[in-house]
Amino acid sequence: MKEHIDQTIKLSPEILNHVREWKDKPGNLIMILHKVQEEYGYVPREAALKLTELLDIPLAKVYGVLTFYHLFKLKKPGKYPIQVCMGTACYLKGGEDIIRELENLLGIGVNQISEDGLFSIEAVRCIGCCGLAPVMTIGGEVFGKVKREQLAEILARFKE
Amino acid sequence: MPYNHYILVSGDSESSLNRRNELISFFEKEIAGQNLTDDVQVVSTIDTSACGMEGPFIKILPENIYIHNLTPEKVRSIVQEHLAKGIPPEGTGTEADKQFRIVLRNCGVIDPERIEDYILRDGYSALEKVIFDMTPEQVIDEIRKSGLRGRGGAGFPTGLKWSFTKEASSDQKYVVCNADEGDPGAYMDRSTLEGDPHSVLEAMAIAGCAVGADTGYIYIRAEYPLAIKRLELAIKQATELGLLGDNILGSGFSFNIEIRYGAGAFVCGEETALLASLEGERGTPKPRPPFPAVKGLWGKPTVVNNVETFANIPVVILKGSSWFSSIGSEKSKGTKVFAVTGKVKNSGLVEVPMGTPLRDIIFSISGGIRDNKKFKAVQTGGPSGGVIPEQFLDTPIDYDNLTAIGSMMGSGGMIVMDEDDCMVDVNKFYLQFSVDESCGKCAPCRIGGRELLTYLEKISGGQGELEDIEKMKRIGKAMQKASLCALGQTTSNPIQSALKYFYNEYEDHIVHKKCTAGKCVSLLKFIIITDKCVKCGVCKRVCPVSAISGDRDSGFLIDQSKCIKCGLCREKCKFEAINKG
Amino acid sequence: MKLNRSEFIKYRENIKVKQPEETVILVGLGSCGIAAGAGKTFEAFQDEISSKNLSGITVKQTGCMGLCETEPTVEVRVPGMPDIIYGKVTPEIARKIIEKHVIRKILVNNLIQDKPSSDIMKKGEIDNAV
Repeated sequence: MKEHIDQTIKLSPEILNHVREWKDKPGNLIMILHKVQEEYGYVPREAALKLTELLDIPLAKVYGVLTFYHLFKLKKPGKYPIQVCMGTACYLKGGEDIIRELENLLGIGVNQISEDGLFSIEAVRCIGCCGLAPVMTIGGEVFGKVKREQLAEILARFKE
Repeated sequence: MPYNHYILVSGDSESSLNRRNELISFFEKEIAGQNLTDDVQVVSTIDTSACGMEGPFIKILPENIYIHNLTPEKVRSIVQEHLAKGIPPEGTGTEADKQFRIVLRNCGVIDPERIEDYILRDGYSALEKVIFDMTPEQVIDEIRKSGLRGRGGAGFPTGLKWSFTKEASSDQKYVVCNADEGDPGAYMDRSTLEGDPHSVLEAMAIAGCAVGADTGYIYIRAEYPLAIKRLELAIKQATELGLLGDNILGSGFSFNIEIRYGAGAFVCGEETALLASLEGERGTPKPRPPFPAVKGLWGKPTVVNNVETFANIPVVILKGSSWFSSIGSEKSKGTKVFAVTGKVKNSGLVEVPMGTPLRDIIFSISGGIRDNKKFKAVQTGGPSGGVIPEQFLDTPIDYDNLTAIGSMMGSGGMIVMDEDDCMVDVNKFYLQFSVDESCGKCAPCRIGGRELLTYLEKISGGQGELEDIEKMKRIGKAMQKASLCALGQTTSNPIQSALKYFYNEYEDHIVHKKCTAGKCVSLLKFIIITDKCVKCGVCKRVCPVSAISGDRDSGFLIDQSKCIKCGLCREKCKFEAINKG
Repeated sequence: MKLNRSEFIKYRENIKVKQPEETVILVGLGSCGIAAGAGKTFEAFQDEISSKNLSGITVKQTGCMGLCETEPTVEVRVPGMPDIIYGKVTPEIARKIIEKHVIRKILVNNLIQDKPSSDIMKKGEIDNAV
């Protein structure tokens, strides 16, 4: 049985071009999903459904891949996603304290989105800046050697 | 006009800062006395400058002479003999470099976005030599003789791997570069790709030429956008010059490289899982044999090597196998890049010849432990490796030695821990990681990892029993024997090594319900020391859960049942009146 | 333009001959460096050079020098002076390096970092290093 496809979501020309470019290459699914997520910040169910049509593959296959890899998100993140590095160096230098303080300040847990939709917290694997541990990124901006006391101020900057 | 000599004065940070300043003024006085002020500049180096030696010491440029243990007489003789008359100072020499950079030869030297910079340093000359002047057999023989072993972890001989793929008969073969650097705390490959992308491209083409493949894939973490950007640019530039793509340098040999992104799955560092992911599937491993070298990507013979292995290849070809095999230890040739992080003074990338003792890496190159703390252990091999205690610091690092002491080479993460780190807690961190990353395909890994984690949580939560240790050991052994891939087989390594070298810490947690390092929060107690307390009330104000009661007359008390052990009160107390233990 | 073998050899020789003797400032622009602010340092060098109307100086980006603790890191190569690596180079320090090291040929205090190793691609350096 085919699921009803929400027509309100229209994949952008960029995504459609990308799909066209990759359609005939073997092993293309992950590359296409990356493109979708790049645009939406996550992979909406409607977009996944559209892909099943475009690529002629079952939805189960798309979700099989989506749910296997940590990087793919099924839920919309905040406007400024906060990624706290939980690689070993950052962990040893207090990455967990950073997460706890962020949870306190925003009143949300990991993988949740703040009420105003501005922030979401995510614990991520090593982002490769171990020399700057503990590290976090907000909306792509990197903050190194982060101290717990600085967090409120940093968040305030993004709220403006 | 530049000076003729520069004297760089270094020292062991603050402890010797005064002595350093004294030394500088002494030098300056002597130099002035010889009328050499326009000839010599004395300059102090950066405070964290790695030395690991009792400072201060000096380096004279451009002669590149190091001198330690300076006495006033020595300084005088340096100035009067060497600087004034050019007689080399007695009993010193140019100190051999502690690092030896083959893989990182171009990192920090060339502009990675300019192919001219790479070619200037003999880039693509190895490929040219391989295509025109060598047979595939000669190439593989050269790699084999060099003794190069896979830098991804297990250390399989690279030449042998290539020969399997070369001998496999097939209409199509592939070369795959594993750039899925998943070990949390390792970033050597990212730095190599960002700093010298062409070296990996050139090496992949060499591999293609040697084994008979015309297509290469780079499987790279999507979390490395800058590396991806520079690789894409490098592929474009090399293709434009005819160094990649069809009919390379007019030879008839073609090799095309495509980039594919990972999506955050540690298990994809395992080669069969990586290939499944390249095929666009869930990245679950397959039983080996057949090995990818014979039956890999889409069932075709595939060479899979990691970034660091590839980055060695052009140098092996250009400088020859005997040059390469003269570096390193008996069974491990060449160098290894480590990302040294954690509690060292100077986190950074370090490339040293195989066989260099751990002590040199941690203490001389990386400056030792920060904040005057005591070294406790170093973890190599990431979540698959083990902890190495102080007694093995003089072990020369190579594949076999590390395995013998219960760790492994791994990809090159080196996490240094000090007295503030708790082994149970660190074990829990790695286990949590391995459990999250288990693909779930085979039961030993899926269930065993979860079980191990449960025991660790029990122990760090103060509920542990001594018999849990035996159970953990048994589960670990079962996982080693029965798991499908290296992830499950090595999940228990950190625990096994910690039990071997830090059994007392486990015992403390289980028997005495005590975490000496103060990391396992359930075992912690925050208590106000009444003698030191000035009753200011800051602790009560900052406590996020109102666990502190009392007033400025009668003093304050922490309600242990409400306390969430966040430590904020202790942090904010200016009088060090709150004890953690 | 796609080269054949002999064109490539000529191309390579040309690059080697064309290398001018001039001051080069290499700014480590790997991810770590950028995260620590190396982009601003890079711009500061360029701005300072153009505002002072200096010539014969190239500011180049390069990869990570491996000295993560002291990012942003910069190597300064002035002909006639030893190559020097500086750590923790903020835009302010960048201006200082131009003023002191590049123009007045004086090394800047308290920021010099040991060079991690010799260059294996330079002839003659290998034997010393092994």
